[in-house]
Amino acid sequence: MFSLGILAGLLIVPLVGAAFILTLGGDDRDVRSNARSAALATTVVTFLLSLWAWSRFDPSTAAFQLTESHRWLAETIRFKLTVDGFSMPFILLTTFLMPFCILASWEVIETRVKAYYVAFLVLETTMIGVFAAGDLVLFYLFFEAGLIPMFLIIGIWGGKRRIYASFKFFLYTLLGSVLMLLAIIAMYWHAGTTDIQTLLQHRFPASMQTWLWLAFFASLAVKMPMWPVHTWLPDAHVEAPTAGSVILAGILLKMGGYGFIRFSLPMFPDASLLFQPLVYALSVVAIIYTSLVALMQEDMKKLIAYSSVAHMGFVTMGIFTLNPQGIQGAMFQMVSHGLVSGALFLCVGVVYDRMHTREIAAYGGLVNRMPLYAVAFLILTMGNVGLPGTSGFVGEFLTMMGAFRSNPWVGFFAAFGVILSAGYALWLYARVVYGKLEKPSLQGIADLDRREILTLAPLVALVIWYGVAPGQILDTFAAPTEALIRSVEAALATVKTAAAPGLR
Amino acid sequence: MSTTFMATGFWPALPEIILALGALALTLVGAYRGERSTVIVGTGAFVVILLALVAVGITPRTRVTTFGGSYISDDFARYMKALVLLAAAATIALSSDFMERQRFARFEYPLLILLSTTGSMMMISANDLIALYLGLELQSLAAYVICAIHRDNVRSSEAGLKYFVLGALSSGMLLYGASLVYGFTGTVSLPAIAASVQGQAPIGLTLGLVFLAAGIAFKLAAAPFHMWTPDVYEGAPTPVTAFLASAQKVAAIALAVRVFIGGFPSVAESWQQIIVFVAILSMLIGSFAAIGQTNIKRLMAYSSIGNIGYALIGLAAGTPEGIQGIIVYMAIYLAMTLGAFAVILGMRRGDTYVEGIDDLSGAAQTHPWRAFALAMMLFSLAGIPPLAGFFAKFYVFAAAIQANLFVLAVIGVVTSVVGAYYYIRIVKIMYFDAPRPAFERLPDGPQAVLIACSVVVVLFWMIPAPLVSSAESAARSLFN
Repeated sequence: MFSLGILAGLLIVPLVGAAFILTLGGDDRDVRSNARSAALATTVVTFLLSLWAWSRFDPSTAAFQLTESHRWLAETIRFKLTVDGFSMPFILLTTFLMPFCILASWEVIETRVKAYYVAFLVLETTMIGVFAAGDLVLFYLFFEAGLIPMFLIIGIWGGKRRIYASFKFFLYTLLGSVLMLLAIIAMYWHAGTTDIQTLLQHRFPASMQTWLWLAFFASLAVKMPMWPVHTWLPDAHVEAPTAGSVILAGILLKMGGYGFIRFSLPMFPDASLLFQPLVYALSVVAIIYTSLVALMQEDMKKLIAYSSVAHMGFVTMGIFTLNPQGIQGAMFQMVSHGLVSGALFLCVGVVYDRMHTREIAAYGGLVNRMPLYAVAFLILTMGNVGLPGTSGFVGEFLTMMGAFRSNPWVGFFAAFGVILSAGYALWLYARVVYGKLEKPSLQGIADLDRREILTLAPLVALVIWYGVAPGQILDTFAAPTEALIRSVEAALATVKTAAAPGLR
Repeated sequence: MSTTFMATGFWPALPEIILALGALALTLVGAYRGERSTVIVGTGAFVVILLALVAVGITPRTRVTTFGGSYISDDFARYMKALVLLAAAATIALSSDFMERQRFARFEYPLLILLSTTGSMMMISANDLIALYLGLELQSLAAYVICAIHRDNVRSSEAGLKYFVLGALSSGMLLYGASLVYGFTGTVSLPAIAASVQGQAPIGLTLGLVFLAAGIAFKLAAAPFHMWTPDVYEGAPTPVTAFLASAQKVAAIALAVRVFIGGFPSVAESWQQIIVFVAILSMLIGSFAAIGQTNIKRLMAYSSIGNIGYALIGLAAGTPEGIQGIIVYMAIYLAMTLGAFAVILGMRRGDTYVEGIDDLSGAAQTHPWRAFALAMMLFSLAGIPPLAGFFAKFYVFAAAIQANLFVLAVIGVVTSVVGAYYYIRIVKIMYFDAPRPAFERLPDGPQAVLIACSVVVVLFWMIPAPLVSSAESAARSLFN
């Protein structure tokens, strides 16, 4: 009667881990070490479970798989979990990054340790839930629920301006999202259900699509974040603890792009075409403007945060090219950016833990004392630049190819972003790592320890691996991309044929 | 014996009869045993409320009218009565320790709660304007007294007096509106009014409707008739505030539904705009005015104003879905409010109860569980999923969208973001700020209420169906 599948398991395991951590007692040191071990074990188990889910996942079809549906609010609003080629990579990315977040927090978090790991595990459940949700209301539930743990993570364990940053993060994203809620409700009354699979087949009238698209855009653009509603991101990134930044950059930002691909494009194709110029304009501005802003940053985390906004500009541009290259590129870019920027924040965390400053000017010549660190940071920087051979290249290349096919001018301007990204990323690297080690405070700085190597090595390896062999990821969402394009084109074609007699 | 009783027509009113008789019997106990009887009367009142709750459970599920058609029992009434009784029971549980510590434990207090609850139940079941007024007055008069029950305390007396004077004014308005309605329709029975008003409402009737709405809005503490709320909520003893914010609100909104949906369904557009206006204003005032508050009881007062605004969205829609939204909203609102007040009642250092929001500073470190529970209540009040408050808002907004009230819905969600600001400000104070000296242990009564409310608020998303579907059938019962 009440059987749970793998996806429900993915949601439950972190919650069970969190509950277990809550029950821990004893003196502070025991609690601390037990809590982090339990959190690590939980995230590893979740990752293994997601690998099992992947092994049972058939990437050759666009169909939704591993579906399970439970009674919930009503017959038309069910607790439905399902995945397809668009959501599976993100679930894997989430479960893959989580253990590294726990490892990155291993030594750093000394206060209120139990609450910290509980917040992270709850956050993991909400993130998996976002990507596994087969029902719009359920999607919204997880989409918003993640705000609570993230708010606490930034606010309790963050830096100096943590309270400002946490409030800004919370209210900004909430304001965008509530409009999406109204759109979801409107879709419910029009289609009679919030089941995503059914809604994908449902045709909304063009005028309604416009409003629905705008409401979804309000939420997803903030989450993405797109220029000009990106300003919460640098603050949140700078103040969040390292692991919080990794999750923000690695997963939370991807929810916006995922939402565009999952909802905006297939459900509101007419409106997507209508607003294509708007998205292009905002994307190009984001790519160029935020790259320029990144050049001027003096805080390492802020620089990476702005570079994230620029990279997300490529993603939105790619998605709205409405052609296979663009969408595949955007998907790939999101996965790659999740790895690269997550790892870059870990790199910043490494030196921050030693020196307790993120000022670029406080560093210089680290290569002399930290050779391993310099290598890892170099590869990740190249990934951020989009050098061929790293995963960053594939995504940028494909999105630009899509953009050139759709509108050469957009591609032309976006190409500046590639040049600028080389500028800020390499300059950052040069200022931090190269040169002579002159600052006396840096004389005793130690290279990566075993835990840090363990944290960074897999990410660095994957950045190269997916740069050399991107096929594995691309194949996962090739079939759904094709299906998506076909349905969008079919929808647009019916509009054209319907409009044609009127023109004659 | 039982069959004769069932045949008399008293049968549907069994819960009210139990409450009234219980209150009278406990009065005798109190009168004979004097001040020593407080604990007995309090326990007795609790038992009486539970008995009434059982009685609500066994009254017929069908729609029954009795007492010459002035009393109606249907699914809607049963649902709302169950909520009122639960709130009353929670109030008595919340009061247990507080009254003794504040040294005004009097046996009259639980009795007045019982009587006020009886009045609330009569309001919910009122099917004509006279019964409605009787219920309202019984509820209000008892409430005026318990607001001022701490009579040596200036703030408590002031709260009682203020509530009384303004409440009398609103009762006058309501009565005046009722008389106009009677004058223009020739009947006081709500179904008969509904039958006689067709098409365009005469101007006198509209005027009567406006006065009725004003009187009800006062009882609801909806803007622009909310001025008394912050002062009364702050001044009244905390358990009494919890009672005002929970049981009384449920009864008042049930009354509003009865009057507007039961009495004036065919002139919906006449009253709909009033409700839309009241809802918008309440949401705005509830969210913006709360920002600057430093006293947590005052903040809860503004929060309750805002919440009534959201609940009224359901009434503005005027559809079965809207009423379903109201019912779900009020059920969840009860859990959130009572839970929050349970924590507020635990804010005691030594013998002093503190009420400043700043006193909660760092509570997450001194009282992790209590702070967590309050944080969940606050996130829920802000409407953040997966907490119960999200579903409450979801259903009223769903009704608004279905009824094409887009502006109302958009204003609603935007004010909910403003509201979120002041709710998470308290979370920030509890979680991000430095700790202050610890509070005393939470007494058993508030603790039990807090645990129950937390379970409802935090875990509602797992099993929402029972509450939602029973609310649906309750809402339908009004429209057949």
